[in-house]
Amino acid sequence: MPLERSQVEHIASLARIGLTEEEIEMFGEQLSQILEQFEVLNELDTSGVTPTGHAGGLQTVMRDDLAEDSLDSEDVLKNAPRREGEFFRVNAVLEE
Amino acid sequence: MADLNWLSIQEAHAQLTSRQISSVELTQACLDRIDAVEDRVQSFLTLTPETALSQAAVADRMLGAGEGGPLTGVPVQIKDVICTEGVPTTCASRMLENFVPVYNATAVERLMGQGAVMLGKGNMDEFAMGSSCENSAFHLTRNPWDLDRVPGGSSGGAAASVAAGEAIYALGSDTGGSVRQPAALCGVVGLKPTYGLVSRYGLIAFASSLDQIGPVGRSVMDCALALNAIAGHDPRDATSVRREPTDYTATLGQDIKGMRLGVPEEYFVDGMDSGARKAVEEAVSTLEGLGASVRPVSLPTTRYALACYYIIAPSECSANLARYDGVKYGYSYQDTNDMWEAMEKTREYGFGPEVTRRVMLGTYALSSGYYDAYYLKAQRARTLIRQDFDRVFQDVDALVTPTSPVTAFKIGEKTGDPVQMYLIDVCTLPVNIAGLPGLSVPCGFSDGLPVGMQFIGPHFSEETLLRTARAYEAATEWSSARPEI
Repeated sequence: MPLERSQVEHIASLARIGLTEEEIEMFGEQLSQILEQFEVLNELDTSGVTPTGHAGGLQTVMRDDLAEDSLDSEDVLKNAPRREGEFFRVNAVLEE
Repeated sequence: MADLNWLSIQEAHAQLTSRQISSVELTQACLDRIDAVEDRVQSFLTLTPETALSQAAVADRMLGAGEGGPLTGVPVQIKDVICTEGVPTTCASRMLENFVPVYNATAVERLMGQGAVMLGKGNMDEFAMGSSCENSAFHLTRNPWDLDRVPGGSSGGAAASVAAGEAIYALGSDTGGSVRQPAALCGVVGLKPTYGLVSRYGLIAFASSLDQIGPVGRSVMDCALALNAIAGHDPRDATSVRREPTDYTATLGQDIKGMRLGVPEEYFVDGMDSGARKAVEEAVSTLEGLGASVRPVSLPTTRYALACYYIIAPSECSANLARYDGVKYGYSYQDTNDMWEAMEKTREYGFGPEVTRRVMLGTYALSSGYYDAYYLKAQRARTLIRQDFDRVFQDVDALVTPTSPVTAFKIGEKTGDPVQMYLIDVCTLPVNIAGLPGLSVPCGFSDGLPVGMQFIGPHFSEETLLRTARAYEAATEWSSARPEI
C-alpha cells in the first residue's frame, strides 16, 4: 500500500526533517517500494518468539560508581555552532 | 626503494625492525603513491601527510629503541566515521563537514599507542549508509580495477586505498557488509569481527546493535595483525566483551584438514553474476582439495534477512541521528529564531538523500501504530535468523558463501533505485543481524573484476575464519594480483 502524501509529511515532522515538494513525492514512492519489500516478513510465524535487540548476548553492564575526569568544557564547546561563555547558545525554547 | 607501498604489514615490520627501511621512507612511499594515483582513485577525504611523517619519525625512534609492535611505523588509512583527535571526521556528510573530534576512538588510540602512522581519513557513504561510496557528500571513490566502477561501500575508501597501494592497511566499519563488500569488489581482504570484540567508542553511531570496526588488508595475515591491535575489552563501550586476549596470527599456517565447511544454497541468489558464481564454486573445490569437508547446508531464514535488516538498521539510525539538531556540534541552520524551523532546516540541508530516506524509514517503523508490525516483527525475525545460524553451526565449523552477488558495478548504475542497492548486501547483512564474524578473501575474477568469498563462523570464531582464509590464500595467487593504474 503506497504511503499517502500526508503520511510522508507526518513522518518528516516526527523526524524533524524539512522536505521540498519534490522530496515528498520521491520519498513517498521510494519508501512505499521499500515497505513492499518488508511484506515478506508476514510469511514468518513469529508468535511466541522472543525479540532480539542485541545479538551479543550481554546483560546490563555495571561499573563501580567512581568519579572520573570528563572532557574539559572548552573541548566540549569546541565544535559548538554558537556559544555564549560556557554555554551552548540556542534559540528560545519556551514560548511567551 | 621501489614499491615499499606494496609491502604487507608483515613484510614492512620485518624490514623496519631490521632497519633495512625506515618508517619515514615507507610513509613517503605511500605518500608518493597517493600523489601519483589519488586524483583518479580519490579514496581519501582528508590527507594528513605532515602528521604522517612526524608519526613516522616517532615510530623510527621507537623501532630504534627496540620498542613497538607489528604495526609500529606502518601507514594506515582510517575511515572517516572513526573519530581522530584534531583531524576532521566528517562521516562524508555536510552535517559534520567541520567537525573536529576532541578525542580518539579506542581503536585509533590502540593503533597510535603502537606507533601507527595515519595517512588520512577514508571516503565512505554518508554515515556509512550505502554500498557504493556514491552517497559521500564530497566526492566519488573509484575502483582501482576499473575507474568507471564503484569500489563498493560503505568503506569504499578503505578498500580502494589498500587495493591501489596507497595505504598498507585500513580501518573500516561494517554494519551490514560495509567492510566485506568493498573488500570483495576491490580484491582485498576485509574482516568484520564478532559484535563486541572491538570497541565502538569513538565510532560514530549508525546502528548500534550492528556496527563493528574491522580491518582491510592485502592479506589475511595483515587483517589478523590489525585485529590483534584493536580487539579487546573497553570499559567505555558497554557492549564490548571481556575475553582473554588472543593472538589471531597463531593459527595462520595451520592446515584445514577435516575442517567442516557448509555451503548455504540460499546465498547463491537468483541473478548472481555468473562469473562470480563460478569463481566461488571453484574456490569451494580448492578448499575441498585442501582437506576441508564441504557439505551443503540450508539457512531458510536468509530470505527474511534483508527486510529484517532494513527495518532494524534504519530504526536504530533514526534514533542515533536524532542528535544532529544543530546545537552541540555539526552543521547548524542559523537564519531563523524559531527552534523547530532551525532543527528541520539543519537536518534538511545537513543530511543527504540516503540518510534522510533511512531516518524517515526508521521513524516510520518506530512510530505509534507501526512499531509492532515493523520493528518488533523484525526483532522477532532476528531471533529466528540467529537460531538458524546456531543450528547449522552444530554441524559445521564455518560457512562459505559469495561476499556479494555482483562484482563492481558502473558508477551511477544503481543510484536511482534504493531497493536494487539494498539487495547487494544480501550475503553480508545476515552476519550483522546475528552478530557473527565474517571475512571476505579474494577468490578470482569475473570479466576482469575481483570476486570475494566470504567465511562466516560462530561468535568469536575469528581464528577459524582467518586460518581457513589463510590456507585458501596460500594455495592460490589471487591476493597478489594488483590493479594497473
